Amino acid sequence: MANVLAFAEQRDGQVGSSAREAVGVAATLADALGGEAHALAIGGPGLSVSAASLGAFGAAAIEVGEHEGLAEYNPEGYADVVVARVRSGDYGAVVFPASTLGKDLAPRVAAKLDVPLASDVTAVSVVDGHVSVRRPVFSGKAFAEVVLEATPAALTIRPNVFQAEERGGEGVVSTYTPDVDPADWRVRVVERKGASDGKLDVTEASIVVSGGRGMKDPENWHLLEDLRDAIGADVALGASRAVVDAGWRPHGEQVGQTGKTVAPKLYVAVGISGAIQHLAGMRTAKTIVAINRDADAPIFGVADYGIVGDLFEVVPKLTEEVRVLKQGD
Amino acid sequence: MNVIVCVKRVPDTEARIRVDESGRAIEKAGIKYDMSPYDAFAVEAALRHKETLGAGEITLLTFGDSSAQETLRKGLAMGADKAVLLTGEVSLDGLATAKVIAEELRGADASLMLFGVKAADDDQSQVGPMVAVLLDRPCVAGVSTFEVQGETAVCHREVEGGTEVVEVDLPAILCMTKGPTEPRLAALKGIMAAKRKPLEERAATDSPSRVRLTALEEPPARSAGRIVGEGADAVPELVRLLREEANAL
Ligand SMILES: Cc1cc2nc3c(=O)[nH]c(=O)nc-3n(C[C@H](O)[C@H](O)[C@H](O)COP(=O)(O)OP(=O)(O)OC[C@H]3O[C@@H](n4cnc5c(N)ncnc54)[C@H](O)[C@@H]3O)c2cc1C
Ligand SMILES: Nc1ncnc2c1ncn2[C@@H]1O[C@H](COP(=O)(O)O)[C@@H](O)[C@H]1O
Repeated sequence: MANVLAFAEQRDGQVGSSAREAVGVAATLADALGGEAHALAIGGPGLSVSAASLGAFGAAAIEVGEHEGLAEYNPEGYADVVVARVRSGDYGAVVFPASTLGKDLAPRVAAKLDVPLASDVTAVSVVDGHVSVRRPVFSGKAFAEVVLEATPAALTIRPNVFQAEERGGEGVVSTYTPDVDPADWRVRVVERKGASDGKLDVTEASIVVSGGRGMKDPENWHLLEDLRDAIGADVALGASRAVVDAGWRPHGEQVGQTGKTVAPKLYVAVGISGAIQHLAGMRTAKTIVAINRDADAPIFGVADYGIVGDLFEVVPKLTEEVRVLKQGD
Repeated sequence: MNVIVCVKRVPDTEARIRVDESGRAIEKAGIKYDMSPYDAFAVEAALRHKETLGAGEITLLTFGDSSAQETLRKGLAMGADKAVLLTGEVSLDGLATAKVIAEELRGADASLMLFGVKAADDDQSQVGPMVAVLLDRPCVAGVSTFEVQGETAVCHREVEGGTEVVEVDLPAILCMTKGPTEPRLAALKGIMAAKRKPLEERAATDSPSRVRLTALEEPPARSAGRIVGEGADAVPELVRLLREEANAL
């Protein structure tokens, strides 16, 4: 019997889908281990309001560490708070989101606790009392099943893979002030710059529209922006490395082996050939659409639906059809 | 100002990965290996740093089997000064690897230790920050560029939807991501010079794995879907399929 702790990431004082997904996985594991799922949220004063919502997703207890100095992520401050929390309970596992923050925080926590960590997990189970997980290796060209032979088992879970389900609980919220002193921190964020257009990150969106060298010129990206806007909310723009290296798009949009790994519901590849390094970043998308004028482009080998044709004709038409469709909703 | 760069030998990014008969390892035949891509960016960043400063020594460190010499020679040919190969069995337990590396780096005379943000074989993104904890050094992960200013390094770091400027006290550990400059290719002169640079090989300290691999599987083959049609005329059918069949719109 052991409880499971979910680290509930917040941004601007709000917990989001990554926190709900972590709580959902913690609840699944807690069921198998015969314990409860707990959530830990860390942030500035007032965070408990948003964190309380995690009760409905299965968190029996919601611990909220509120501190002015923790409003924004600081690796040293956050790691200390999580470690103190884990040590204060009898936890069989600790679940983090595999977001930029989670991937930064989890290894620090695991090393402090002296437990191994499984990263970017896509499935979890409990075998003979040990947490067993499935996770991508070789940039998604293979999956490993591994058993974590230490307690608590530490894992980060890949965004968008686990569905957060409402379980209808309440969750007891306790707010406390963590004992941290920002003056001790040797790592300090001195400036934050938002994405130029303030849009959703490619790893978080449930639909990704990506452009490659076939777009010809950065000036043509309005075609993809129009498509994105027609589809609606929860859509992000992605890019191939070729166009990022050419300086047409920011590196933050790059999908692939040396960019981001995405697992959206729908991935639309426009003018992208489908090099193996690009596929590494998007092949687990649920549905893949490819638009390319070369019928032999490797992208068609992984696409569920393809249109062979000139993107400058196909994309505007697609935007128009989607707009009509959405108006009918 | 000395820099240590940790590099790993991994299958080339072009490599096709096949699981062998044991179901626990990859088919090694026919696979080309190379320095993990982010580690190559880390080496490039170290070289640029040294060029800016006009001083300091760059040491490469790897934990693996003797074949990793090849990876170290590549880094030496790019311009690093010397290399250390710790031989031993590398597992999927990133903390076990971090312990081996931390043991070697404890007390090392370097104000910067660079890692890749993620190795292209185990895809863990964890060894750098773990070494930082074990050595009690500050660490910034996901760094695209940095600049040393006095006793600190000012790093640019990518986060969801934006970038951060992070200041870290030296000595520090930085985990590098793709930077603005492509890792340089070794010129013939560099390759010749690399043969004479010191490469020390010795056994790693023992560090047992607590991550047990039970199975390795190839991802379910994505069956090539269908070509809905050609040109703009195919769009209405595509939209219908996305809505009715794939439930994606
Ligand atoms: C170590 C390493 C890491 C890498 N990491 C990544 C990575 O993370 N992400 C990544 O994407 N790549 C990565 N690459 C690069 C990768 O190998 C490819 O070079 C890159 O993905 C190609 O980008 P692209 O598809 O946009 O360009 P191209 O390969 O040039 O493809 C352009 C496509 O557009 C089509 N096209 C042209 N005009 C039109 C038109 N009018 N209408 C319709 N279609 C058109 C063409 O038929 C072609 O298929 C990496 C490479 C290496 C060596
Ligand atoms: N066996 C190893 N030898 C040397 N460096 C390593 C090794 N494993 C990991 N690293 C370093 O740690 C980084 C992150 O690796 P990982 O946490 O395994 O994804 C790599 O990019 C390397 O810089």
